[in-house]
Amino acid sequence: MPIIGVKRDLLFKSLGQEYIHFLFSSADDQFSDLCFEFGLELDEVTTEKQMITNEQGAEQSAGASEDIVYRIEIPANRYDLLCLEGLVLGLLVFQGKLSPPRYKAVTPEKGSVQKLIVTPATKLIRPYAVAAVLRNITFNQDSYKSFIDLQDKLHQNICRKRSLVAIGTHDLDTVVGPFTYDAKPPSDIKFQALNQDKEYTATELMDLYSTHAQLKQYLHIIKDSPVYPIIYDKNGVVLSMPPIINGNHSRITLNTRNVFIECTALDLTKAKIVLDTLICMFSQYCIDKYTAECCEVLLPDGTVTRYPELAYREEVVNIQKTNTYIGISEPADKIAKLLTKMCLKSEVANSEDQVIVEVPPSRHDVIHACDIYEDVAVSYGYNNIKKTIPKTATIGAQFPLNKLSDQLREQIAQAGFTEVLTFSLCSRDDIATKLGRNINDIPAVHISNPKTLEFQVARTTLVPGLLKTLAANKKMPLPMKLFEVSDVVIRDETAEVGARNERRGCALNCNRTPGFEIIHGLLDRLMQLLEIPRSSNKDMTGYYLQAVDDPAYFPQRCAEVVANGQVIGIMGVLHPDVIMKFELTHPVACLEINIEPFV
Amino acid sequence: MSSDLSEKILEYVDQLGSVDTLDLAKHMQVDHQKVVGIVKSLQAAGDLITVEQQVSKRWELTDEGKTVVDKGSHEFLVYSAIPAEGIAQSAIMQAIPNARVGFSKAMSSGWITVTKNAGEPIVARKVDDIKDTVRDHLQLILAKSPDEVTDEQKQEYKKRKLLQEVVTKSFLLGKGKNFATSVEKPETELTQEMIASGSWKEKNFKPYNLDSLGISPERGHLHTLLKVRDQFRQIFLEMGFSEMPTNNFVESSFWNFDALFQPQQHPARDAHDTFFISEPKLSTKFPSDYLERVRRVHSEGGYGSQGYGYEWKIKEAQKNLLRTHTTAVSARMLYQLAQKEFHPAKYFSIDRVFRNETLDATHLAEFYQVEGLIVDHNLTLGDLIGTLYEFFKKLGISQLNFKPAYNPYTEPSMEIFCYHTGLHKWIEVGNSGVFRPEMLLPMGLPEDVNVIAWGLSLERPTMIKYGLNNIRDLVGPRVNIQMVHDNPICRLEK
Repeated sequence: MPIIGVKRDLLFKSLGQEYIHFLFSSADDQFSDLCFEFGLELDEVTTEKQMITNEQGAEQSAGASEDIVYRIEIPANRYDLLCLEGLVLGLLVFQGKLSPPRYKAVTPEKGSVQKLIVTPATKLIRPYAVAAVLRNITFNQDSYKSFIDLQDKLHQNICRKRSLVAIGTHDLDTVVGPFTYDAKPPSDIKFQALNQDKEYTATELMDLYSTHAQLKQYLHIIKDSPVYPIIYDKNGVVLSMPPIINGNHSRITLNTRNVFIECTALDLTKAKIVLDTLICMFSQYCIDKYTAECCEVLLPDGTVTRYPELAYREEVVNIQKTNTYIGISEPADKIAKLLTKMCLKSEVANSEDQVIVEVPPSRHDVIHACDIYEDVAVSYGYNNIKKTIPKTATIGAQFPLNKLSDQLREQIAQAGFTEVLTFSLCSRDDIATKLGRNINDIPAVHISNPKTLEFQVARTTLVPGLLKTLAANKKMPLPMKLFEVSDVVIRDETAEVGARNERRGCALNCNRTPGFEIIHGLLDRLMQLLEIPRSSNKDMTGYYLQAVDDPAYFPQRCAEVVANGQVIGIMGVLHPDVIMKFELTHPVACLEINIEPFV
Repeated sequence: MSSDLSEKILEYVDQLGSVDTLDLAKHMQVDHQKVVGIVKSLQAAGDLITVEQQVSKRWELTDEGKTVVDKGSHEFLVYSAIPAEGIAQSAIMQAIPNARVGFSKAMSSGWITVTKNAGEPIVARKVDDIKDTVRDHLQLILAKSPDEVTDEQKQEYKKRKLLQEVVTKSFLLGKGKNFATSVEKPETELTQEMIASGSWKEKNFKPYNLDSLGISPERGHLHTLLKVRDQFRQIFLEMGFSEMPTNNFVESSFWNFDALFQPQQHPARDAHDTFFISEPKLSTKFPSDYLERVRRVHSEGGYGSQGYGYEWKIKEAQKNLLRTHTTAVSARMLYQLAQKEFHPAKYFSIDRVFRNETLDATHLAEFYQVEGLIVDHNLTLGDLIGTLYEFFKKLGISQLNFKPAYNPYTEPSMEIFCYHTGLHKWIEVGNSGVFRPEMLLPMGLPEDVNVIAWGLSLERPTMIKYGLNNIRDLVGPRVNIQMVHDNPICRLEK
């Protein structure tokens, strides 16, 4: 979930509300309660100085602002709340102090509409582009910073770190349209990038930014492409090289009056959402409030599309269905009011059993009636909804494998063994080298992106986990008798996903002598409990042991457990090499069986 | 021999009614400590004798004191050694042992005097006759008449190390309730023979020490977290839920994400958050018509939805991973349910899920997810809230608060907060919601069927319950086995 930081005093001023300290509830608490109701979370009350101190150390924070900052957690799909402007609008409408604004896109006089021409080469790297203009805008220090911050938040979230969508904002008065969105070999691109004092080729820039704290994370998006995306104005001035950097020439400043916004993308839907969001949040600073100027995007196939769309969609929801979904019984007009509080302007339809909901371009998260039901519920207050118990009559049942596992766990503990709980993931060495095996001979599931050695594979045996537990508990008195009943994962081509779990029971005895007979006794007991008789003639019914060689076990001290003609596991005295590799000192006798045949 | 002595002691007690152990020792000519030892063992045999501790003090001469009695006090000896004409001080100092003490005492008693002759000190008698009181007093004490010497004098002799005070502890013995002259050793344990012969009726039994600890029983133990899991399972079963088969850690992205209407560019599908599998890398077996419906609802919408408007790729859905939630299994269960004639259902599971997260004191790469869901016609958000109140009541939590939240596959979504009476604050304990129609309808469930569901981690409530701050103290090989041994039975409602 994204977290945004807003200055408290600015927030309170914008909310037009005095948050003074009362006797029992502080301003922070009151705001926190409002957030909770609305589905936000006041994560932290801090200052800019404190934030810099925490991230970069106290030296860096000297001179930073000590104004109180609220860090607020925003739901991942509410792009419209990712800046102070949107947050304030959402809360004011929620509190009924404001009605939702009406956003619109206007087309300027014929001939003066800004054009963005997309060349066929962009298909190779980043095929979509949208654009719009914010005319006659006035920034101040705070709104300017907020405008930059919002782009960053959008980049980090819906734009998936600029991979899906990249935003460029420019001072329109420094460049001349029409603009061209092209893709060129990096060596053919040369311009003065933002905050650089001279021109570099794209290749040089990529090199330059390979150590840049923020920008280096975006380089991979285009680095290996033969062509890089690039936007020029009529005179060949570079506006931006998406998704990496804007040009220095068209940079916006506090004095910028007309902003040209372009978004290039792999995902057109998201590009439109990003553009709409920027417009909805910041068009309030234009002379013509909540209004944006259209741009034309010309595609290689000749189609011309006007952006921003700022589309309003009408959804008709049935009152009864809405009430039933939530478990309330509110009349249509009340529901319309509840929805309007959520920026979904609604009115009762002629038929009275329906509400017509207008979904604004700021609420791209609303894609289904159920999203509208949720807003009714939030607006009504989750905690005001009447608690009911479903009438659903069902009979409970245990999963048979789990039932058997629990019954056996109980019995093994009663036999004097202590249960441990170890990880399903481990290193390749844990299941291979340390047990005298080669990883290539083991049908293990391998993880492609482990952050540490501990998560290389899913375990194929429970033994390493038990041995690690022993190693971490050397101060416990001997004998140590441990067990675990849990799943291992085995690669299996016949399984639907190519791998399956197997429920195992594993127990060990660690003492001055291995105690094979103790482990053997446990096996006998388990077989007795499972009603598997001892098979004296080693046939298809009953269980018996048969000698086997296994690299993890001491020679002549290892046996396969055969039950009803099927090898279900192995037991024996662990090999001294294994003992040493797990940093143990005492002999260990060990048993591991598959319990699934007994379900 | 010691039983002989015990009986002897008992005989004395019988004859005298009461006797001091010091006297006994003298009479029997046995070391006092030995007598005391026997008395202790007699005492343990029940109310045979009464024992009362006595403390007595007496004065005894030191070796130096004894010499004084034999030869006279040091000052007497000095006085006696001085001839009538006097003697050089140095000469007398050499002639008499302990002359230094004797000289100063004789001086302070006014018996002798010192004059100087040609620079050398000469000692002479000052009085003609003296009485050696010190010796007389010590003789009196030796003759057991210490009372004739004043306490002051005794203290003075003590200071002079001629006399010492000796404290003796002894015991005054008397007849006990069960006095007998013969010793019968009290029995420590009731035996099978005693029961068979009936001899227990005649025997005395040594009382138990009830202040000591018993012997710790030989036993095994169940793991702390799994005991809590047992309780959660119990709660679901009491509420009529059926357990889902969650024994499949490896899952395809399709069931883990796509089936749940989680878009393919969702951050959770990033390698930063999810463990992807390199071997076996891809899944290939999917119900093809369902797969197509899922593709359509993501990319184009349908079932009343706008969809996400992106190009859905099967390649992305095929990627195998370690399931990030048990909801992947819920999706499979719901799909199966939709393939037959519909009947309502309640499902639950408690099993491991995996996140490629940054590890810290409260986050591990794998944890237990507790999940419950109810499938029925026209279930409401109020039903979910009511069910959650009942569920948490069984966990001993009665105050809940619900916060609107976002989750790709539930709408409405609610975070569950509970009031922790110990910590005096609201803490988040889980997530819940109504599954989106975009998830349920492509499966083929009837349109009026809703699914309400909730999930929480098993570790978090367990850590809160047992006051653990580090998850590694609860799960994994580094858990202290002693903690598992000492952990109480799990009663969540308490």
